[in-house]
Amino acid sequence: MSDSASIMPEHPPVADWINDFDHTDPTWTENPFPIWEKLRAASPVVHTERFLGCYMPTTYQAVKEIAYDTEHFSSRRVIVRDVRPEITARAPPITSDPPEHKPAKQLLLPPFTPDAMKKLEPRVRAICNELIDEFIVDGKCDAAARYTKHVPVRAIAHMLGIPEKDGDLFIKWIHGILELGIKDDNALMEAVREMTGYFAGHLEQRKKHPTDDLISTLMKAKDKDGNPLADEHVLGSLRLLLIAGIDTTWSAIGSSLWHLAKTPADRERLVKEPELMPLAVEELLRAYSPVTMAREVMKETTISGCPVKPGNMVLLSFPAANRDPAMFPDADRVVIDRKENRHAAFGLGIHRCVGSNLARMEMTVAIEEWLKRIPDFRLDPAGKVTWSEGTVRGPRQLPLLFGKAN
Amino acid sequence: MAGKLKIRVDQDKCQGHARCKSLAPELFDLDEFGNAHEVGDGSVPAGLEDKAWLAQSNCPEIAIEVTEE
Repeated sequence: MSDSASIMPEHPPVADWINDFDHTDPTWTENPFPIWEKLRAASPVVHTERFLGCYMPTTYQAVKEIAYDTEHFSSRRVIVRDVRPEITARAPPITSDPPEHKPAKQLLLPPFTPDAMKKLEPRVRAICNELIDEFIVDGKCDAAARYTKHVPVRAIAHMLGIPEKDGDLFIKWIHGILELGIKDDNALMEAVREMTGYFAGHLEQRKKHPTDDLISTLMKAKDKDGNPLADEHVLGSLRLLLIAGIDTTWSAIGSSLWHLAKTPADRERLVKEPELMPLAVEELLRAYSPVTMAREVMKETTISGCPVKPGNMVLLSFPAANRDPAMFPDADRVVIDRKENRHAAFGLGIHRCVGSNLARMEMTVAIEEWLKRIPDFRLDPAGKVTWSEGTVRGPRQLPLLFGKAN
Repeated sequence: MAGKLKIRVDQDKCQGHARCKSLAPELFDLDEFGNAHEVGDGSVPAGLEDKAWLAQSNCPEIAIEVTEE
């Protein structure tokens, strides 16, 4: 994915992070943690003139205040970008505010409960093992390209009832929307158009031949007045599920394997004490939260004592909140069995990630199956780890060598 | 010796992170939307006190109240 970064309009390099931050700067992409520490030391809320004006809350408290405040902050734009075009393609409920948000969200919740995920789990275990079968004899692999990407692609395709082999298309659209789209509106609109056309085709098929997948569930759903959802609503929610269900978990599994590759003590502990997995997954989610959201300021207010004015976006960094030492002792250290962990990786308040139970299950299963078959692995010094840019952070190249180091 | 514990999930605060159900499945149940509520009247059986506190201290929405009777 890094190859296409070169065609994006360039932003000037950042010299003054506190007054001119830029979450697409290569320094941030490579290692954002020291930057967040610097910003947090300066103020609970910082501002940049980039992106037509954008704030960033730097503490857990400030992130929480904004996430809970749907009066002053709207979710109608959920990506901080160079442009703010008229809103055309909504993706309810993530782009919804109260009162429209709740009914749209409640339609999506039942298929994603922990019990529903238990039913999907055997399929995900099988997917993981099918993937590992393809590269284990090589003694090495790019885990981002061969493993961590395909687990969520195949799982969400399975749930939606669309072909797993279309995965490359999904990845292309998501890259267009979440990465290229920050600076290139045409790339975003093109991806949205293609996705909409793709799902519209699936809707037409199901109107003739209903299925029992998530697309048909949404098509059969009724709004609060008992009417079927408009096709536009169904298409928006389907775009959301595909976009939100892939890059995010790809990143979370990738960051977890990256951490375990360079931290033998944690890896060995998880192999010896598999019962630690639930705590470990939460801690890896905290330390390497993939998803940064956005809000748009609608009315003037103050956040943690800092004035916030309309006309600006907000970079709502749950990852930075999760590294706040005022909330998490030893915040920059992965404590694999951390007991108290109110992390905000899936957001706070009404927009809690609808797929959080799916993401947790995929992460748990992907790490467990990997450790069963490849208990020893390390970063390949001949390769380079690269990270995605902007809204979702995780490894996009993750070259690993299997077995113990000589 | 501390008194008997009682838990309560604030329905206005719970957003369905389901951390409590994962950490203390004996004490919490989820509804069809994945939102949590306490099992029965919220009384914590002897031996499960640590789980009650663990669930309370991991709820991102601070939606779980633990009281000593």
